[in-house]
Amino acid sequence: MTATGLTIAVPRGALFGETLDLLDRLGLDTREIRENERRLIFPELGVITTRPSDVPTYVEHGAADIGITGKDVLLEQGDREVYELLDLRYGYCRMIVAARDGDDPLGEPLRRRGSVRVATKYPHIAAEHFARTGRQAEIVEVKGSVEIGPLTGLVDAIVDLTASGRTLSENHLVEHEQIVECTARLIANPVSHKLKAEAIDLFVEKVREAVAQ
Amino acid sequence: MIHPVPPGTRDVLPDEMRELRALSARVLETWQGAGYGEVWTPTLEFEDVMRRGDDRTGAAGFRTFDDHGHVLTLRTDGTIPIARLVANRYEHADAPLRLCYFAHAYRAVKVRSGQPREFLQGGLELIGLPGPAGDAEVIALTLEALQGAGLRRHRLGLGDGALYGALLAELEVPEPARDALIEALSRRDLVGVETRVRRLGLSDAAIELLTRLPTLRGGPEVLDRVDGPATRAVEGLRELYQLLAERGVADRVILDLGLVRELGYYTGAVFEVYDPAVGFAIGGGGRYDELLGRFGRPRPACGIALDIHRVHVAQLEEERQAS
Repeated sequence: MTATGLTIAVPRGALFGETLDLLDRLGLDTREIRENERRLIFPELGVITTRPSDVPTYVEHGAADIGITGKDVLLEQGDREVYELLDLRYGYCRMIVAARDGDDPLGEPLRRRGSVRVATKYPHIAAEHFARTGRQAEIVEVKGSVEIGPLTGLVDAIVDLTASGRTLSENHLVEHEQIVECTARLIANPVSHKLKAEAIDLFVEKVREAVAQ
Repeated sequence: MIHPVPPGTRDVLPDEMRELRALSARVLETWQGAGYGEVWTPTLEFEDVMRRGDDRTGAAGFRTFDDHGHVLTLRTDGTIPIARLVANRYEHADAPLRLCYFAHAYRAVKVRSGQPREFLQGGLELIGLPGPAGDAEVIALTLEALQGAGLRRHRLGLGDGALYGALLAELEVPEPARDALIEALSRRDLVGVETRVRRLGLSDAAIELLTRLPTLRGGPEVLDRVDGPATRAVEGLRELYQLLAERGVADRVILDLGLVRELGYYTGAVFEVYDPAVGFAIGGGGRYDELLGRFGRPRPACGIALDIHRVHVAQLEEERQAS
């Protein structure tokens, strides 16, 4: 049995450092994880490390009892059957619509072609945003750097996450609309949430105290 | 050359098929022993019938047309066809009806692992016996059936689908905000629930109650942890828990004040069945006192459906641990 009695899915990537800091504050010794870049499973700590976008998958299937991932990931994979337990408040960033600097980059294609072409790594969020605001959009899903889309003529605009806005400005892109603000979230498997209620409640309580400080 | 099967469906080979048959037989034996008669309803129903039962399940149906242009749908659910059957065939029966079924249901869900589009359900329906006596019978027979099938670690989550709504009404939360809160709760979005509750301008005590209630789950002590307007709302659960204790199955029941089932016809007690070997609920059901009235004579009713394939997975894990 691990210290918490739970298996925790920890996201590698942008949320990795602050997530490990949080686990430290809960009294878990994360040195092992920090020192082993390539190791993915730490059974003695009850920790598995995955891509942030895979965290909901491990948690939904019960391979991890709880996990930490961004609200952006949860919104993009909106039909996952997981509990969203806590807003962890770190990892703040914003989902935005950006386009090249200039007059009316979204209005022009809408007016003259009837729809706007949008590149994104978040096709679900992007489609939902344009549908909700009553505009037709052609969503182009890309896996890598989305910023070059408007510069190469692939698309009129992008939907992407931004924290500092530096990548945008370096690529001569300007924010036009904010879709949603995102932070890290604590999620739980629905069956674990019932069968390991005590361990999960204790963990949530400790995390609540840690993030309130 | 490989000839594909539709996504979300699969073949079953002899070893697995033999075990599924044996599992279904064990469950059926328990239920028949308690006076439940097995029925069969058509795999195809008129779409109007499924929609009359629950407008939302209609969207998930596989549809086709008959030679008169009527829309047919593969049943998306086992309970709605039973409600139709009872209205057609047992209109004047006054004694409680006890029916069970083993059949596939079909839902055109987005296919991911663990989410088949064709799934085998074993279900029972108790019609004409109101809660909490009817609820207790259904819960006890579910737990006994799983025990009979060799499960040892299964538990049943028990909540009241009307509880949160009643509480919101009691606190005079405006209608649109109520719907949004219940929707967030049924998506298991507790962060969304808390954010929305804080926007309502309620007293600190009410905020505390509305955000804490969905996280209350465990033994009978959770019923003592609610106060104020919720005290009355949990009386039904308290009475039901007492009946389950008398039947000797209460130790397998987890009271869960945040439990809300997705289907649109539940009116009272709601259940989900869990086993530590499976990451998803292996069954679920509840009380649906208004469904029969949509087809004919109103009668109280309660039922549950087990996902036989998932129960089988739990059974295999149980065997593995025992060996």
